[in-house]
Amino acid sequence: MSSLLPFDSLLCNLLGLSVTLWITLLLIFIIVPAIFGVSFGIRRLYMKTLLRIFTWATLRIERGVKENSHMLYKPLTNGIIAKDSTSLEEGIWDLRGNGRSLDKPEFELSDIFYFCRQGMESIMDDEVTKRFSAEELETWNLLSRTNYNFQHISLRLTVLWGLGMLVRYTFLLPLRIALAFTGVGLLVFGTTLVGYLPNGRCKEFLSKHVHLMCYRICVRALTAIITYHGSENRPRKGGICVANHTSPIDVIILASDGYYAMVGQVHGGLMGIIQRAMVKACPHVWFERSEVKDRHLVAKRLTDHVQDKSKLPILIFPEGTCINNTSVMMFKKGSFEVGATVYPVAIKYDPRFGEAFYNSSKYGMITYLLRMMTSWAIVCSVWYLPPMTRQENEDAVQFANRVKSAIARQGGLVDLLWDGGLKREKVKDAFKEEQQKLYSRIISGNQENRSRS
Amino acid sequence: MFCLVSILHLGERFSKRFSHPEEVLWYSPGCCQDDVLENSREDFQRIPELAINPLGDRIINAFFPEGEDQVNFRGFMRTLAHFRPIEDNEKSKDLASSEPLNSRNNKLLFAFRLYDLDKDDRISREELLQVLRMMVGVNISDDQLGSIADRTIQEADQDGDCAISFSEFVKVLEKVDVEQKMSIRFLH
Repeated sequence: MSSLLPFDSLLCNLLGLSVTLWITLLLIFIIVPAIFGVSFGIRRLYMKTLLRIFTWATLRIERGVKENSHMLYKPLTNGIIAKDSTSLEEGIWDLRGNGRSLDKPEFELSDIFYFCRQGMESIMDDEVTKRFSAEELETWNLLSRTNYNFQHISLRLTVLWGLGMLVRYTFLLPLRIALAFTGVGLLVFGTTLVGYLPNGRCKEFLSKHVHLMCYRICVRALTAIITYHGSENRPRKGGICVANHTSPIDVIILASDGYYAMVGQVHGGLMGIIQRAMVKACPHVWFERSEVKDRHLVAKRLTDHVQDKSKLPILIFPEGTCINNTSVMMFKKGSFEVGATVYPVAIKYDPRFGEAFYNSSKYGMITYLLRMMTSWAIVCSVWYLPPMTRQENEDAVQFANRVKSAIARQGGLVDLLWDGGLKREKVKDAFKEEQQKLYSRIISGNQENRSRS
Repeated sequence: MFCLVSILHLGERFSKRFSHPEEVLWYSPGCCQDDVLENSREDFQRIPELAINPLGDRIINAFFPEGEDQVNFRGFMRTLAHFRPIEDNEKSKDLASSEPLNSRNNKLLFAFRLYDLDKDDRISREELLQVLRMMVGVNISDDQLGSIADRTIQEADQDGDCAISFSEFVKVLEKVDVEQKMSIRFLH
């Protein structure tokens, strides 16, 4: 036994040394920059290098394809077929030709062509369901092997892909996991500690900085490279911040630049521990599962929070579900009924470095986080838009749509009227009835109908 | 039929609709695994824009041959082929070769079958009424719809059997630009 002792003490020494080294490195490179919100620019350099490699890989693919006289598969980001977006009325009149006058409403056998073509177009390429699966890329980002052109490219690219994988899994992943644990651990520890302080300015100040520091560590755990635009419009107290929703990490991205009150449901497990610790330090609005169903209670608690001007701005994702960052879907009107100033925020991810979209029907949370941590980086832009308030002649739905189109315009996203809830549910029959009503108006000479059109 | 790039694009969309999205199709020149994946009626019904189409159910039906409840990629493409635009060099082709799916005649037949619910190659008054009802919902009274159906059949009917046969259907629509109205152009 005694002969083993030197090795034991050596082991202990090594362990102690590595822990000290880790803490020192953490302090210098992560925690200190995180507290002051500065960056050494390592991540930007990394991003630029990656972009150069991607460009080279794309060139190689194109050359390889040309040499083998294969066809290059390129996904079309604007849809695969030519659609003419005419309304039902225009479509039918166009079908009947100009010979007929509009005053003679009647049915024609050829009207079916309109519905038929519309139906086929939506089968080939529809606007909604493609928003619920990962966006297609124009260039290959060396992440997956699912690129159609991959199978006939050179050995050098395969080696590069293998090297990339080695770096991502053996270097980046452990580093990121360690950072994530440090960040979350510090958040729970820090907020619990701050929670014991008496209410006052000191507590508020400390709470703010603990939150910001921990979120900045989490941002580094995902190697997120975020560009914030329009910081003068950053949400202020007594307002509601609404943003488009792509993934759960939206929260971390926004919260690492501002101090928000979160709204959400109380979860179990690790999330529950974090939530309980956070609520001690500052007033987040958590709902029990049973309370979420009660719309009035939710609205009342939101209104109470907003009316207290000393409280933090609320962060809300009114789409209610994650969309793949190519479009913005219908905003639920609840948060627009409260009557507070709305601070719209547009978030646009760069899908080349890693797919940020959280496809909850496909992966669980842990798988998703692992995918995030093994991708190259999370690169995104955040735009703070000028605050908006509800106008006198507007109802909540119109206001919600106005905010939505502002976000869509800024983020370069498609503005859709469809409900994101269609991911799980079927369309309401009312929409079909609307189409039937429009068509009836065309084929019946009903006076009442015509006066409305 | 379709060019390769369109097949790839459609295959991409087809496999994403598939009820088990983790299975990704590998389309490549020469090896088309086109009968591995199958979509069911529910997969089609999940497309919101199709679900609000008054004739959505009839269109979905066109993809499913008698008695089957799954459609594979080959069958899917065969139905879609009706909507391929007619190219100039195809028009001049001699008629000896078999007729392509996207000919004027086949496009019309596709539309005819949307009306022909019981597949007896004639549109009876009952069938026309049912299809009309799908298109207008509850907004038009039975009487009014009945007179619309009567008038349509009267105008089209030539042999006095109170129904529209395919040749009568073609005759009625001879002035309509079917080639253009029943075609979908690909972007690439």
